Amino acid sequence: MQITLLLPEIALTIMVLVLFATSLGKIKAGTLNLLALALSAFSLFAAIAGCGDQGVLFFDTYRVDALSQIFKIITTLGLFLVISSSSGLRGIAAHLRAEYYFFLTLGTFGLVALASSVELLTILMSLEIAAFSLYVIIPFRHPEHYKNHMEAAIKYFLFGTIATGLMLFGMSYLFGVTGTTYLSEMGKVLPNLLSTEPLAVVGMILLLCGFFYKLALFPLHFLAPDVYTGAANETTSFIATVPKATAIAVLVRLAHASGTEIGQLTWVLAVFAVGSMTIGNLSALVQNDLKRLLAYSSIAHAGYVMLGVLSANELGLASVIYYMGGYLLMNLSCFYVIYQLAPAGENLTFEQLKGLYKRSPLLAFVLAAGAFGMTGIPPTIGFTGKLLVFTSAIQKGFYVLVIIGVINAAISAFYYLKMVRAAYSQVEDPGDCVALSWPAKALGVFFIASIILTGVLPQSLIALAKEAVAGML
Amino acid sequence: MAPPYKIRTQVTMEKYLIANTLSYPILSMIMIIPVVGALITLFLKNDTVLKAWGLVVTILTMAISLPLYTAFDQSTPKYQFTELRAWFPSLNLDYVVGVDGISVLLVLLTTFVMPLCVLCSWNYIKVRMKEFIFVTLLMEAAMIGVFVSLNTVLFYIFWEGMLVPMYLMIAVWGGARRDYASIKFFLYTFVGSIFLLVAVIALYVTTGTFFIPELMDHSYSMFYQMLVFLAFALSFAIKMPMYPLHTWLPAAHVEAPTAGSVILASILLKMGGYGFLRFCLPLAPNATMACMPYMIAVSVVSIIIGGYLALGQTDIKKLIAYSSVAHMGFVTLGIFLLNGAGVKGAMLQMINHGITTGALFICVGIIYERTHSREIKDNSALGMKMPIYVTFLGIFSLSSFGFPGTNSFVSEFMVLIAAFDKYPWVGAASIIGAILAAAYMLRLLQKMVWADSDGHAHHGSHGEDAHGVGQEDHGTERHLWDLNFREIGTLGFLTLFVFWVGFNPKPLLNIMDTSVNHLLMQVETGVQKGIAAEAAAQVTEPVTEAVK
Repeated sequence: MQITLLLPEIALTIMVLVLFATSLGKIKAGTLNLLALALSAFSLFAAIAGCGDQGVLFFDTYRVDALSQIFKIITTLGLFLVISSSSGLRGIAAHLRAEYYFFLTLGTFGLVALASSVELLTILMSLEIAAFSLYVIIPFRHPEHYKNHMEAAIKYFLFGTIATGLMLFGMSYLFGVTGTTYLSEMGKVLPNLLSTEPLAVVGMILLLCGFFYKLALFPLHFLAPDVYTGAANETTSFIATVPKATAIAVLVRLAHASGTEIGQLTWVLAVFAVGSMTIGNLSALVQNDLKRLLAYSSIAHAGYVMLGVLSANELGLASVIYYMGGYLLMNLSCFYVIYQLAPAGENLTFEQLKGLYKRSPLLAFVLAAGAFGMTGIPPTIGFTGKLLVFTSAIQKGFYVLVIIGVINAAISAFYYLKMVRAAYSQVEDPGDCVALSWPAKALGVFFIASIILTGVLPQSLIALAKEAVAGML
Repeated sequence: MAPPYKIRTQVTMEKYLIANTLSYPILSMIMIIPVVGALITLFLKNDTVLKAWGLVVTILTMAISLPLYTAFDQSTPKYQFTELRAWFPSLNLDYVVGVDGISVLLVLLTTFVMPLCVLCSWNYIKVRMKEFIFVTLLMEAAMIGVFVSLNTVLFYIFWEGMLVPMYLMIAVWGGARRDYASIKFFLYTFVGSIFLLVAVIALYVTTGTFFIPELMDHSYSMFYQMLVFLAFALSFAIKMPMYPLHTWLPAAHVEAPTAGSVILASILLKMGGYGFLRFCLPLAPNATMACMPYMIAVSVVSIIIGGYLALGQTDIKKLIAYSSVAHMGFVTLGIFLLNGAGVKGAMLQMINHGITTGALFICVGIIYERTHSREIKDNSALGMKMPIYVTFLGIFSLSSFGFPGTNSFVSEFMVLIAAFDKYPWVGAASIIGAILAAAYMLRLLQKMVWADSDGHAHHGSHGEDAHGVGQEDHGTERHLWDLNFREIGTLGFLTLFVFWVGFNPKPLLNIMDTSVNHLLMQVETGVQKGIAAEAAAQVTEPVTEAVK
């Protein structure tokens, strides 16, 4: 066994242990932040250093390949961005901050492991490590600002366990019909079974449900708005982005194992995709709480991503990876603005966004970049992602789905624009200027630059994603 | 992957493009200079420095773009000054830019109008000068990009990317109802262009290329053409704007700052017409023929309704906005008459509308800076106070309704000739629009210059008191002063073009001649191919049935 294959996992384990140690004693808030930031940067570097590794570990249940390494980078990047944009953990009860970092990192560890899992039980294990850590941190919210955090936690926990139950049930069916729990073995018989054996289709859909819950895809979307609103801003920014990215990694593997012609599965997934886009966008139109709006917008984005998964060809799956990376950046940029604008970690409404460009031009511009990106306006990564996803879907002949998709994009333009409009609206008394420290400013510039540059120059990223898809099995 | 890709680019290069013969990559430079200029503004502090910098950058861009006119080869319909670079090889997507007779004048119009936009904002923009210059310069790059892109994705990126700076321009520096106007502008244009995106992708999936000249070489089935035509036409008709999709225009025009209105009127509206010529006609010739009667009918309705609505406006900007709807009606009419005079007239009309309406919006901006009102009644009887101003206003008003000797006369005349030549009834109906244009422009001119015969403005609300004390105060009530050198320079520059095109349109027509003829030939061969294919299908059908 080659130890370097596990670089990101080892880095995260070190981070978990150090943070666990800090939670035992008392540590100054500033030092804790710096420590968490440094350690997350370290694990990000470890993930980048591990890029390009290849290998199979632990009786072939754990596979290190281009796909897993890309998602490990995305996941640790997400952790790093969440920690750096929410420095100070203002929304978290003061005595729980060390534990908060600890569980957040443990969750990330689970997700990183999930990206490499290629066997059903390993997938379940990794998923549960991640899920239980996240169940714990949702009620960590400072109780002064929002009373419903317990409701959010209970909802997330209950529905999470139900989704896991569904997934296990689906796994049992799949094991029953294929006789294996290894995805690579399954990939040999599954494409055929999916077109002949209804039980395989049912099992597959139930298995996918576990990830649809993470993705907040229709019909398992309904808890997302409550959970996003109830959890602290930091927590929401994490659960809205990072677990979704990794869920996509497994979805890509499962889609690949199901073959390029996924037959009857297509129709089910198509209904889910359309339902997700439409319900997400229509509900987002009337929201006033920004986090709730972003929750519905993420439901809609899960729908767009499913279009790529549906097409199941190389371009489709590669564009899904690219889209997810872009989604992570754009969504985190919005949460970064929300966090900066909520000094006490409260939930923001449009009212508080008004006149933002007078209070802080940079924040207003970051929000605009994120919102225009999620609308799909060029030259952002959101546009290039949509272009690729729609192209792969049209290659498969899903004209109707793409037309529904673009109509949804038009609907979404309204509420994303509402955010920009609020930020750039003229008000009598915009309030105090928002003072940003220089690291916060640098982070804002990073968000703008990355959203635009990755959109203009997608070639190398797409090549990487394609390589990941090609080298999967 | 790499070697065949290289060979392919070589072949395309020879078949459709003429490499840039100038010593510098002119088209990329006129896009990059504004972007770099915009980034530099972020480090500038003083408002005057910022304005001067904006002016320097736009004038530099204009100067650099001049060889597009002087070095343009009129004898070929191929794309000139082209640049081709690999950008996204795995999707067969290049960075490829170039101009032909159809786009070159619009590029020049853009580079010539932009310095004026900075000049006319000199005193108009009072807040956030840095951001204003920033978005203006980005806007310039994006607009040039739309006209020079020879690749559908590149085109779409600039087409949509332009929305953001324009949206910000209206939303931040606009008038009282800017929230409403900016979002309406954004949503209308965005909704129009999402179907354009579907069409772009669909074309790519069927042909394997995003390169526009290559797309033109394929022939598509009638049904497919119809879908492509409709998807493209919807977004272009909104941008144009054609009746009944025009309602965003008055709102956006009225609320936008002067520079925003000028950009909207002079350049943005032209993108619709350009799009029809670049995409709809050559890509879907059969669908164009099938839709021609409807498009002509809608154009005539636009001409008449636009003029009729303009007649009833009390807000000067709104009046000009509705007159734009009518003028752009002449453009679509000319395009869909599908003969040489019509298309060339339409293209000339686009340039002329850019000059004249841009100038009229600058005029409105100048008077708004003085009286802070856009209502006709608040700005009446200016003749005695501002003689230089009303002279310019008179010239541009005459030009707007196509007075002989001015630029618009030539283009509207060409379109009308083409219309009478093909469908006399259409020509007759359009004449009504031309008469309406004279009616509303002369009414505006009369009110603004003379008001009532005594040479004084009568404010309706003043009532009886006005004749007592109010009459004496009239001179001091409105603080008016005539134009300064900056304003005279701005308007004088445009006046030059009004008469140059009015008396000597030949050079411009020569530039477009070859490309327009080539385009019409493309349409004709496309239509013949379509007919032949249909006939062939009819012949083969019984055969296949017989085989069965």
